[in-house]
Amino acid sequence: MRIALFITCFNDTMFPDTGKAVVSLLERLGHTVEFPQAQACCGQMHFNTGYRPETLPMVRRFADVFAQGEYDAVVAPSGSCVGMVRDYHRVVAEQYGDSALVEQVEAVTPKVYELSELLVDVLGVTDVGAHFPHRVTYHPTCHSLRMLRVGDRPLQLLRAVSGIDLVELPAADSCCGFGGTFALKNADTSNAMLADKMRAVLDTRADVLTAGDNSCLMHIGGGLNRLRTGVGTRHLAEILASTEGTTGP
Amino acid sequence: MTDSNNVVWLGAPSFPDAAREALADTQLRTNLRKATGTIRDKRLAVTAELDDWEQLRTAGKALKRRTLRHLDHHLVRLEEAVTKAGGQVHWAADAAEANRIVTALVKATGQTEVVKVKSMVTQEIALNEALAEEGVSAYETDLAELIVQLGDDRPSHILVPAIHRNRAEIRDIFRREMGKWGRPAPEGLTDRPRDLAEAARLHLREKFLRAKVAVSGANFAAADTGTVGVVESEGNGRMCLTLPETLITVMGIEKVLPSFEDLEVFLQLLPRSSTGERMNPYTSMWTGTTEGDGPQDFHLVLLDNGRTATLKDTVGRQALACIRCSACLNVCPVYERTGGHAYGSVYPGPIGAVLTPQLVGVEHAESLPFASTLCGACYDACPVKINIPEVLVHLRAEVVEAKRAKGRVPTPEALVMKAAASVLSSPVKLSAVQRLAHPAARLVSRRGTIGNLPGPLGRWTRTRDTAVPPKESLRAWWRRTRGGREGSK
Amino acid sequence: MTTRDTVLGRIRAALADVPASEGPDDVPVPRDYRRSHAEPDAVAQFAARVADYRATVTRTTDADARVTVAARLAARGLRTLVVPDGFPAGLLPEGGGWTVLRDEPPLSVAELDAAEGVLTTAALGIAVTGTIVLDAGPGQGRRALTLLPDYHLCVVREDQIAGDVPEALGRVDARAPLTWISGPSATSDIELDRVEGVHGPRTLDVIVVGGE
Repeated sequence: MRIALFITCFNDTMFPDTGKAVVSLLERLGHTVEFPQAQACCGQMHFNTGYRPETLPMVRRFADVFAQGEYDAVVAPSGSCVGMVRDYHRVVAEQYGDSALVEQVEAVTPKVYELSELLVDVLGVTDVGAHFPHRVTYHPTCHSLRMLRVGDRPLQLLRAVSGIDLVELPAADSCCGFGGTFALKNADTSNAMLADKMRAVLDTRADVLTAGDNSCLMHIGGGLNRLRTGVGTRHLAEILASTEGTTGP
Repeated sequence: MTDSNNVVWLGAPSFPDAAREALADTQLRTNLRKATGTIRDKRLAVTAELDDWEQLRTAGKALKRRTLRHLDHHLVRLEEAVTKAGGQVHWAADAAEANRIVTALVKATGQTEVVKVKSMVTQEIALNEALAEEGVSAYETDLAELIVQLGDDRPSHILVPAIHRNRAEIRDIFRREMGKWGRPAPEGLTDRPRDLAEAARLHLREKFLRAKVAVSGANFAAADTGTVGVVESEGNGRMCLTLPETLITVMGIEKVLPSFEDLEVFLQLLPRSSTGERMNPYTSMWTGTTEGDGPQDFHLVLLDNGRTATLKDTVGRQALACIRCSACLNVCPVYERTGGHAYGSVYPGPIGAVLTPQLVGVEHAESLPFASTLCGACYDACPVKINIPEVLVHLRAEVVEAKRAKGRVPTPEALVMKAAASVLSSPVKLSAVQRLAHPAARLVSRRGTIGNLPGPLGRWTRTRDTAVPPKESLRAWWRRTRGGREGSK
Repeated sequence: MTTRDTVLGRIRAALADVPASEGPDDVPVPRDYRRSHAEPDAVAQFAARVADYRATVTRTTDADARVTVAARLAARGLRTLVVPDGFPAGLLPEGGGWTVLRDEPPLSVAELDAAEGVLTTAALGIAVTGTIVLDAGPGQGRRALTLLPDYHLCVVREDQIAGDVPEALGRVDARAPLTWISGPSATSDIELDRVEGVHGPRTLDVIVVGGE
């Protein structure tokens, strides 16, 4: 398949390793990955903070970039950005754009997938041939869980990783308290939620916390690091791309 | 809005400030965690019993949509049916008018006290305070409302208004206050829930037995038959709805249902979502008056008070479908930490965050739409599928637009957002910023980690370490390793 | 202009997006939910679900009904009992030892409050929810009768048990004063700990009559 990578502005800037992992994973599975250079941001931060007119150029750019190139699929290693595209790009296009943009959004959106959706539903794989010999716990991020309904797809993928010691996270479906600008606007509440999430992670005695969104991982991982807990964070894509310690063909 | 509008509490701080105080209260945190955890588990158990729960939710949503899209039609039918059955219907445009109507009705009976069934709508219009000004004492009879009233407190939950109080606090309130209002608490009252409930029974019994006038809200009213209903647990509702001679029911206009038959959906959705029971202990339904049984004088007050303004908003109007079950509060991670008082409104929690700003105007509750991580747990729990996150982001935009329309000077946030929008919609500018990010962050970092920062970002760095952005962005890596080519292979 | 006109006018203005051609019944409501969640043996389910609320349920036959009622009352040690008009004479216990209060002329609130218990029939039972429905019909009396006495013994016939809520709503008259009772009075207002018995009857006994 010809798959376009939508890296998301946040991963692009802060977590390029996640993007590299998506590329190497999909190529390992025999697919062609393209990176349209003209891509930028999905507009989620602006939209969720109430700056809707400002979101329009981002929605327009996204639709323009991914309408070109005739990709079979667009993949993003972020549940919340895919949620933004799927649920709200149309809303912005209708409110501030024109009918041509609405049409373009409607044409592009169905091709956009979060990584675990692409792998399990579109590419039909759960065993991606990864090796990751660590104790890992998985936090289902709210937007992948409840906007995208990825369900246990990430867990199906993780269970098939060789060498992994996958442990269940208590109260996994509780929000970690990130919530984008919520973490700044309601810092105290965000911290209280973070504290509970960190306690749950520590209870698992996992070495690595993984998730499908680096934003939530930066929030939880930032807290875990501040407390010097020794628990690291890795995006799901990086675990699935990992062949750590193996000497494969 | 009038002064007596109590939807938003006068002088309430913004949500973040109120939340900070609530979060520091360890007793409150403990009470809330225990209570919301208990009810969440109960709700999940009884909703899982019905394999068509999703179909029931869909039907509930559709029925509310059917009602709201022709609300005028259904209200006129309701008025006809209630009148035909011997009741009287009154219309109130706002809180002040509703209070005037109820006060006049009470005064016409010559009574100076009324018993009350727990009702959100009479909280919303601050009826008790309005009655008190006219020399009428209103006694709350729901146990939790009694705790709140005796403690001169505010409700903090839609279903369990005293959820923020534990048993020891309740015992102290009863011991201290009951004697001032009537029968004192029994000697040596313990903090066992059974004993506390018994104390409430004894205290309220004399009030029920002598009451001539009752005030209630309504969970629903069927337009075809004129049947009004109240669901409850303790029997205080039955006392108020049955024993007095005069019954005054105040109801938001959105509570009407097209037909009595429609209750087959809501009487399944409501108890299971609300208290986590298959059915609540008592449901009372009455149609006008019945000779020789119950109040012979029945008044139904239909209240607007911001509901028609809410109805006008095609996205926000779905909040009017709310059946006040409070499931969204119990699953909300924000509510679980802060409790209800932080919302500064009669309607707390996720539904309050979308209902309150619409009832009073976003400018009077501008921090509420932001009091959510948009995690979506509320939407999943809502028995009538109100898409609360969708309405939250919709109202956030209204808050921003309202500020934009008002302010000649843009807020610091608006300036940042404008600059960010310019960067984030341009790959060229984004690349430029990415090249600067690493060296800039290095200036404020130690060993690759950003610690405490001053200013607004300090709210982030106070509890979290942040890695310095890498030298090379993904797009730069792609350009370097794959040349100008867009594709691999 | 009256407030009624004002409010109705505001509603119509707010609904400008609703096409004039759309009628109130045109808004679709999918009704693909189940008409009933009842188990095949609805009577057994009713008995079990009523008992879940910590009410006492006794099943008995027509022939033994009177003896069962008498035994329940004796076990509770009741002496004064309200019995509404139309309660089947054949179910009333024989012999003395207790006083029957008739609501004719109507009993005062104080008399009802002083009565130890009330003995009634019901309009319906609902199996799935363990609910008894009173509609103030014969044998049930006006609503206050089943409210003030602290004990309620309710006799339900097996053929009165509806499977689930939709069926029950179809079988009642909306215009009658309706009281749906699911277990004894209860509250969860203190730390969400359930306590049975607040203002309504603190004890609910249900006798299900029918069959062999």
